[in-house]
Amino acid sequence: MTRSQQRFDVLVIGGGPAGVAAAARAAECGVKVGIVDDNARLGGQIWRSESEGAQTVEAAEWTQRLVAARAAILCGTTVFYQPCPGFLLAESYDGVHELQYAKLVLATGARERFLPFPGWTLPNVMGAGGLQAMVKSGLPVRGKRVVIAGTGPLLLAVAAYLRKRGAEIPIICEQTSWSRLARFSLALLGHPGKISQGFRLKGELSGVPFVANSWPVAAHGGDALESVTISRGGKIKTIPCDFLSCGFHLVPNLELPLLLGCQTENGYVSVDDFQTTTVPSVFCAGEPTGIGGVELVLVEGQIAGLAAAERGTEAQELFGEREKLRHFARSLDRAFQLRSELKSLPSPSTMVCRCEDVPYSRLRPHASWRAAKLHTRCGMGPCQGRVCGPATEFLFNWNPGSVRPPIFPARVESLAALDGQAKPEMNEVSGGR
Amino acid sequence: MLDKITLTVNGAPVVVPLGATVAVAMALVGQVCRTSVTGEPRGPLCGMGICFECRVAVNGRTHCRGCQILCEPGMEVTTDERPR
Amino acid sequence: MSAAAYDALVVGAGIVGAACADEFVRRGMRVAVIDRDGIGSGATAAGMGHIVVMDDSEAQFALTHYSQQLWQQLRNDLPDDVEYEPCGTIWVAADEEEMIEVRRKRDYYDKRGVSTEVLGPQDLQRLEPNLRPRLAGGLLVPEDAVLYPPCAARFLLERAQQGGAELRLGCSVAHIGEGQVRLSNNSVISAEVIVNATGANAPDLTPGLEIKKRKGHLVITDRYPGFVRHQLVELGYLKSAHSVRSDSVAFNVQRRRTGQVLIGSSRQYGAEHTDVDAAVLSRMLQRAQEYMPALGAMSALRTWTGFRAATPDKLPLIGPWPGDKSVFVASGHEGLGVTTSLATARILADQITGAKSEIPIEPYLPSRVAARTNSC
Repeated sequence: MTRSQQRFDVLVIGGGPAGVAAAARAAECGVKVGIVDDNARLGGQIWRSESEGAQTVEAAEWTQRLVAARAAILCGTTVFYQPCPGFLLAESYDGVHELQYAKLVLATGARERFLPFPGWTLPNVMGAGGLQAMVKSGLPVRGKRVVIAGTGPLLLAVAAYLRKRGAEIPIICEQTSWSRLARFSLALLGHPGKISQGFRLKGELSGVPFVANSWPVAAHGGDALESVTISRGGKIKTIPCDFLSCGFHLVPNLELPLLLGCQTENGYVSVDDFQTTTVPSVFCAGEPTGIGGVELVLVEGQIAGLAAAERGTEAQELFGEREKLRHFARSLDRAFQLRSELKSLPSPSTMVCRCEDVPYSRLRPHASWRAAKLHTRCGMGPCQGRVCGPATEFLFNWNPGSVRPPIFPARVESLAALDGQAKPEMNEVSGGR
Repeated sequence: MLDKITLTVNGAPVVVPLGATVAVAMALVGQVCRTSVTGEPRGPLCGMGICFECRVAVNGRTHCRGCQILCEPGMEVTTDERPR
Repeated sequence: MSAAAYDALVVGAGIVGAACADEFVRRGMRVAVIDRDGIGSGATAAGMGHIVVMDDSEAQFALTHYSQQLWQQLRNDLPDDVEYEPCGTIWVAADEEEMIEVRRKRDYYDKRGVSTEVLGPQDLQRLEPNLRPRLAGGLLVPEDAVLYPPCAARFLLERAQQGGAELRLGCSVAHIGEGQVRLSNNSVISAEVIVNATGANAPDLTPGLEIKKRKGHLVITDRYPGFVRHQLVELGYLKSAHSVRSDSVAFNVQRRRTGQVLIGSSRQYGAEHTDVDAAVLSRMLQRAQEYMPALGAMSALRTWTGFRAATPDKLPLIGPWPGDKSVFVASGHEGLGVTTSLATARILADQITGAKSEIPIEPYLPSRVAARTNSC
């Protein structure tokens, strides 16, 4: 096992658009910057590159800026612990890395919310972004039938992408109502960029049935998915398919901000105009501060990077653009709220915690996430509640528990990596307790 | 120019495009990544490293997320967390 | 005559409170159990669930041995999720000096009817191949076991409820004494006997109790079936548990039925925060790797901390509180709460009902500690 110790003026956690923009702007200011991501390559989800290496123009430009500005890029590296303020511990396949920083930018992005329903654990039932990620990583879908379901604009983007890769899309099922969708579309009038996006998507998806008031009721198959039963406006229909691409909007990845003690409000990290969190020297940009689309996260990332590099005036120049884009973000949340019918999707035997195979019926009697965890092991598996946490919050109104290290599974030797050598801050921290 | 990679999955050779992840290699050979605690077959769900359903053993190291690891020539992948 | 609502009101729904409730119901008492949180949410949630005989003192041996036998009698009634595993303990000796201690323990247990087996280096390697080579040997105690404490507490409470006991969770107690329990919402419940089974928090309700928090850390790994077969404890653990002042770590590893490996242990005084202490965690895991190097490459899923209830003489407090006729104490079990919970319940019930106990009760009486402070 290798061990490294690196120091940065600005350390960025998360290699999606927000992180890349933050790191590039900061590095262009001449400070020493490092950017960390657990994926094999930069890009996060929205900018995930195709396996052949192709990226969107925007992604390529920003990545080039990052490289040109000589930021250190640490891919395949997962942050799991903060041993003391100013330090993060991260793990890669064959090493543990101590990352020291003066300023920290958290751009940890978001993940999909998965809701359980009978058959959702069958192989080839994936997230909406999940299937897209797999296809970008080389999974062939040409000639395959893919049902797309869930909620949010991501469904359309994924459908368009899959169709371009040769998939057949029998239907797109959006759980929200037609009236909410209509209101959302009206809200887009304030965002010309979004409207043209919308029209382009419409073109790319011509001929693909899109229905609102619709959601998956059950997935069927033996060793893998064979068909999906959906409800549309109360009517049931079963559709043979090869994949179900299903996600219910996004939840922010708050584990690292919470571990560091950042305050949150309504499920998002609280930040000021300069994207500073309530923890000194820690900034946050992108989805953890509010789900809002790639244009917004790019602006937030730049503001955070500039602020971290102490270029407040340059950061301020971007405030106006950010405000415009934030309007759109707020209307997203309202439009794609989850309807209560989705709470009755699981049957008693439907697995809710996939890591530990805990079915719905065993969870129902418990009053809280913590009690359920203690008595059924729900949330005690390697996903650490990232899948079952948002699901149970929705199903049972449980509040999530507190965050403890490691925030990703890490090797015992990595957790043991503090070698006890005196670091002045560390001694104070442990001695003062 | 190398645009294909050969690795082994559960002992059998598999050819994948350059840039494919281990999770994709599993899908290409039609094999399930893991079996759950109660015996259900499982494959990738999130595609982005948080669900841990794509766990396999890579070169003897168990509990690796297949979707986070790029295939490399000669890599040995085994499923159900059985190290080689 | 007495208009008390309950014969016994147990404050604390951890493993000790649960065992008490279960025992009291069997003796025909009207029982209620109150906890400000859920079942088994204090040290019960955090601890290893090791059922182990200890030889630190005659009194400690008597209590742990008695209680271990009670667990064995109960084992067939325990549901699956209690995960009772009669895996035995191996006290691991690193060198010849520790082997002397192994033989001393063997003699001690021999005289008292506890079966043990001295292991040489080859025996140790055969039984536990993942221990590092060139350890001196160890002592196998085959009748020790492990279980999963929160579900054990739940099982005992459910049995008590089936026998008529009432359970009030999420219910905070502000004050106990003089036959009354006052809740935080100011309502009052009367009971003939009030049992303080609140673990490390016991002094909050019974000021003057000499119980201090002794913090511990634990780590659990992903599933590695067959990696370890017994509960493995280094003999140095005893030195660690002995010391009443300093912070210490010791090698202590447990297999769980799931195949996960539970790694402990650490002891700190004066640490009131539940946060994981990076330096202590690191030392604990380094110690563990010294004994089982292969642990290093294993995936650790969670870390957590807990507070043991520690007394100055390392024996629990089981019996009437001198400051108040209606208050009984069942706390101060340090790292032996699960082990001694059943025996604690028995001898406490004996004292309440005036029955004779199987073992002498004097060593555990709260009155042994000169009550220097005012009672509640």
